[in-house]
Amino acid sequence: MSTPLPEIPLPVIDHAAAAARFVADEARTNWHDASLWQVRQKRDRAAQAVPEWEALRDLASKIKAHTLSRLDEYLAQFEEQATANGIQVHWAKDAAEHNQIVHAILARHGVQRLVKSKSMLTEECGLNPYLEAQGIEVVDTDLGERIVQLAGEGPSHIVMPAIHVKKEEIGALFHEKIGTPAGEADPGRLTEAARQHLRAHFLSADAALTGVNFAIAETGGFVVCTNEGNADLGVHLTPVHIASMGIEKIIPAAEHLGVFLRLLARSATGQDLTVYTSHFHRPRQGQELHVVLVDNGRSAHLGRADFRDALKCIRCGACINTCPIYRRSGGHSYGSTVPGPIGSILTPGIDLKKYQHLPFASTLCGSCGDVCPVKIDIPGQLYRWRQLVTEEGHAGRSKRRVMAVAGQIFRNPRLFRWAGKLGRRLLRWLPQRAVYHQRNVWGRARDLPEPPRQSFLEWYAAHRSDNANKKGHDQ
Amino acid sequence: MRVALFVPCYIDQLYPAVARATLEVLERQGCTVSVPLGQTCCGQPMANAGFEAGSVGTMQRFVDLFADFNYIVAPSGSCVAHVREHYKRLPQNDAVQHVRARTMELCEFLTDVLGVEQLDARFPHRVGLHESCHGLRGLRLASSSELQVPRFSKVQRLLELVDGLELVPLDRADECCGFGGTFAVTEEALSVKMGRDRLRDHVAHGAEIITATDMSCLMHLGGLARRQQMPVQIRHVAEILRGEDG
Repeated sequence: MSTPLPEIPLPVIDHAAAAARFVADEARTNWHDASLWQVRQKRDRAAQAVPEWEALRDLASKIKAHTLSRLDEYLAQFEEQATANGIQVHWAKDAAEHNQIVHAILARHGVQRLVKSKSMLTEECGLNPYLEAQGIEVVDTDLGERIVQLAGEGPSHIVMPAIHVKKEEIGALFHEKIGTPAGEADPGRLTEAARQHLRAHFLSADAALTGVNFAIAETGGFVVCTNEGNADLGVHLTPVHIASMGIEKIIPAAEHLGVFLRLLARSATGQDLTVYTSHFHRPRQGQELHVVLVDNGRSAHLGRADFRDALKCIRCGACINTCPIYRRSGGHSYGSTVPGPIGSILTPGIDLKKYQHLPFASTLCGSCGDVCPVKIDIPGQLYRWRQLVTEEGHAGRSKRRVMAVAGQIFRNPRLFRWAGKLGRRLLRWLPQRAVYHQRNVWGRARDLPEPPRQSFLEWYAAHRSDNANKKGHDQ
Repeated sequence: MRVALFVPCYIDQLYPAVARATLEVLERQGCTVSVPLGQTCCGQPMANAGFEAGSVGTMQRFVDLFADFNYIVAPSGSCVAHVREHYKRLPQNDAVQHVRARTMELCEFLTDVLGVEQLDARFPHRVGLHESCHGLRGLRLASSSELQVPRFSKVQRLLELVDGLELVPLDRADECCGFGGTFAVTEEALSVKMGRDRLRDHVAHGAEIITATDMSCLMHLGGLARRQQMPVQIRHVAEILRGEDG
């Protein structure tokens, strides 16, 4: 007799519970919301200053659509060009392979300390803990990333990783970790302290790892955008530069770069451009330059026609900043490297069961789709993921029951009228205590409307319809 | 012109006065309005919850009931956006395509089909306009604040035709109220917080009345306001366009 194989219970991200914990501190929620709304407003002003903004969005979206439709060819072209330039190109099918490739390079050079500029891909791959387990020290050099690294947290935002941390909390953290004076909360002085602290790490590092914002198939080069110059400092001081990129970061030619650079920083932070836009085409004398092309689920996503467009994303974070849910629930509530609306359409592709609630962490208000510089139909994809969650059998039993009943009622006008009448009567007859029972989630903070005696259709049938005329019931 | 009135299920059951106001506004504009009594729902509550497949019967019923009319008008941007966008699920025969193209939100119909330039209505109050998201970004009843396009709002233009009405400015002209269908229950804490934030914006600018194209947003905002005894009332836009004395 065979014994059934047990299912391993894996955690399911409960966005609603995490959001409820976040919202419970109202003052902090208001602060978080206001910080991000300010970024959204800066973005609006920057976009307003570009008369052809909507045309640019349209162009960017079409360039990405084309590129995704021929991704294999452009990647091969990039590899060929980059290799000809003296760059060593590696392919990683998943996070584990990416981490192994990076480690092998570092091990070959006997690297003890790696300085890393911001890379959400390495967050996605879990590179830091992997390398640390192999005895390599990893220092995140982006200020926000360094803050969350010192705090032992993950980023809560893809552009502003420490947006959830207050300056007083950063002061306390720096006091403990890098010895700033107790009680210091002045942003200028804290930044200066971080700068001095990081400089020592830059000077003693053996290798640098950066992300990639755009890789250009035509030239075999790539572009890294930062505001702090930390990517440049790292790669110019060390003999080994590793650049990790998701395969969707490719664009066909250098002429397309202008379209995306004009959109990226304006959408992200309301800047015209990031302070540094660094172009890398070949290793400098005596340096090794590696590019790791990472799939990690991206080609599977490319195969999903309904969701392919999410790969157009240039990681500006505009949809995150504008999202009224994200602003009030914080990035950690999503339980994924990429939070917010874009995370909620990308992450279910990685593990639908674990992230089944994310497509529902939205009112489908549509602000994300309108703010997106590459015009990804985020609300449309959220809607379609919701259908898949049900089709794949992840919807709970009580929800399935309620929806089945609703489906019956709305197909049958008589049943609809009867159920409506019954509901309204119950609302009128039941004592308040029963109506506002704890299980009435709507009624915890909201009054219900007063139920009318007559529905509109009942009134209409009695007073206005042809039937009423025939029966002589008209007024 | 054969115009049918579609009354969203929850308006039929909970807010019959809104449906009557809609009927009156249309009749005052000279429309002969039919109300098919077999109507129920557009199917959105199920579809947005991930049960579109189970709502196909409801969708088909809607099409069958309304396919013979020139226009189908509803006092809801959300239901209309659902019909227009998500009835793509049905086989696209003539009836379905006709219903998708001709189902219109009330203010949209008054503006784009009837070309209303004048209303015989008085409503002497300070009013805050909540631009309901699905009407705003689904039907483009107004320019959303994200897009760099010439500014317009069909709803606001109609409200400005109402005698005595004063529109109050808002800090966030088109932020979501947090209703979101089942979201209001599954993400209750966030939904409530979002609604309270919208209410504060309206009250801080002196709104006596909050109006919207969608009663669902207003049911949520009104329920919160009443529980907190905030000095603000809700009125569907049809009730204002009809005028205070009805």
